[in-house]
Amino acid sequence: MSNREPGFDTLAIHAGAQPDPATGARITPIYQTASFVFDDVDHAASLFGLQAFGNIYTRITNPTTAVLEERVAALEGGTAALAVASGHAAQLLVMHALMQPGDEFIASRKLYGGSINQFGQSFKSFDWHVRWADDITPAAFEAQITSKTKAIFIESLANPGGVVMDINGIAEVARKHHIPLIVDNTMATPYLCRPIEHGADIVVQSLTKFMGGHGNSMGGVIVDGGTFDWSKDDRYPILTEPRPEYNDMVLAETFGNFAFAIACRVLGLRDLGPAISPFNAFQILTGIETLPLRMQRHSENAFKVAKFLQGHDKVAWVSYAGLEGDEHHEMQKRYMPNGAGAVFTFGVKGGYQSGIDLVSNVEIFSHLANIGDTRSLIIHPASTTHRQLDDTQKAAAGAGADVIRLSVGIENAEDLIADLEQALKNI
Amino acid sequence: MQEHDFYPDQHVRSILSSVKSIAIIGASANEVRPSFFVAKYLVAKGYRIFPINPGRAGTEIAGAMTYASLADLPEPVDMVDVFRHADALPSIVMEIMAMPKLPSVVWAQLGIRDDAVAASLEMAGIEVIQNRCPKIEYARLSGEIGWAGFNRRTISSRKPKLQRGFQHYLLSE
Ligand SMILES: Cc1ncc(COP(=O)(O)O)c(C=O)c1O
Repeated sequence: MSNREPGFDTLAIHAGAQPDPATGARITPIYQTASFVFDDVDHAASLFGLQAFGNIYTRITNPTTAVLEERVAALEGGTAALAVASGHAAQLLVMHALMQPGDEFIASRKLYGGSINQFGQSFKSFDWHVRWADDITPAAFEAQITSKTKAIFIESLANPGGVVMDINGIAEVARKHHIPLIVDNTMATPYLCRPIEHGADIVVQSLTKFMGGHGNSMGGVIVDGGTFDWSKDDRYPILTEPRPEYNDMVLAETFGNFAFAIACRVLGLRDLGPAISPFNAFQILTGIETLPLRMQRHSENAFKVAKFLQGHDKVAWVSYAGLEGDEHHEMQKRYMPNGAGAVFTFGVKGGYQSGIDLVSNVEIFSHLANIGDTRSLIIHPASTTHRQLDDTQKAAAGAGADVIRLSVGIENAEDLIADLEQALKNI
Repeated sequence: MQEHDFYPDQHVRSILSSVKSIAIIGASANEVRPSFFVAKYLVAKGYRIFPINPGRAGTEIAGAMTYASLADLPEPVDMVDVFRHADALPSIVMEIMAMPKLPSVVWAQLGIRDDAVAASLEMAGIEVIQNRCPKIEYARLSGEIGWAGFNRRTISSRKPKLQRGFQHYLLSE
């Protein structure tokens, strides 16, 4: 083979997937099995001891899922990846590998509402504590660092507000204090933004969204950037101390620049258990093959719809980073030059009630809690996804009473505009 | 002279397919040390290995007889794999140059690199690979490491080659 580096679109189709070694099947088969037979006792021992590569049990590895993992690792430019049951499972496993009871991490307030709940509420029962950065500047993140800080967490393109984060700036803070930067790249996908190239150490995604792309399967992924030196100090004992479960093996020493992915798999996934189904992995793999085409069309359609809304007299404001003059437009051009993605928010005049009326009136847009489907989706976060938050938290997360979030699909833009036009007329 | 920042996949593949016997300097008998993993893996892939470890001479590591030094080897080897710190390389080069038949390849493990040492070996006609692991390279090029979600940084429309059993791939040319 030539030494050309394959382009993104080629990787989206080929990375990780060779014809099936046993049958020659060209499409990755769905290995719908819980377990795999061992060649012999020695082979079993090698697998359990992490000395050989291979499959034991689908909670830990599966050949269909492995293709998905390698594909995402290649698209994000990481050293390795592991796929899990959902985006939230990915976040849980990452923190499980980094945090000890009593530890802290810093997160942006511009996050998916579910992540705000997971970090602010559920993680408390593990004695893991989030500190929220006051704004999106690197200085606001630095201001929250204490001796207990083990990670910084941001979304590259934040859900729902269309905020584009200064990944490089925040990565510099993380590097200076030797703390890994975790970036949730769900909304941008690696087609629009590759956070590892901007200094992220770990990328997580909900594959349920644009990667799968068809709203038919739950999945999540953790990508190891291979950039963080775990052994520099003793702050990440899961990676640097001997593991009793594996004959006192030290993961950072044995697995080098993909030790983080291995730790999440052989400790987190093995012991906490949120494995992805091979069938879902297959569906998501098929989806990823068209990711470049879909993300182009999503971004084009979203731009047209945003333009339309900007000119509508019942719309108070539109927050889409792709629009000239938007406060995040410069950051978008820097970090996501190929498009600003599908999801954005706008404010409908008349507040809470108008928001509820609008989502009730649409006919092509589906009123539901998801993003990243081929279909166009609409939601009023204040009455749904962000309902659990108090008013200040809602406002901080970009989910105030008048806010509508769209995930613009890949239908004809004219039909989407016509649907919003009729729905707005009747509020 | 060979460039040492980047080795084309085809180059590494041809080295791993042509060598049959490998001396491993610094092979450990401790089953959780990386050097033991590598020794065991190379045996499973059909290579004849010769662990070199003075403290273990006369005992077996990964099923192979261990020798105190290269000078004690009972026969020539195709490759010498070095699991020692870079500062040990100059003296290892002297040992290699004193071998009755020179190996065709000297391989320095991940993290070990000294271009001056490499140049002196290359002058003697020896192929040098540095800062790589033969286990990772074999598993990457055969496809096995994909099972661990590893980014192999290579794509192919060819079928992987199955070895005996179910979960073993061989390198294909
Ligand atoms: C940005 C972002 N991160 C994480 C998640 C959680 O992913 P999942 O629903 O797959 O658990 C979502 C889901 O909406 C999301 O939008």
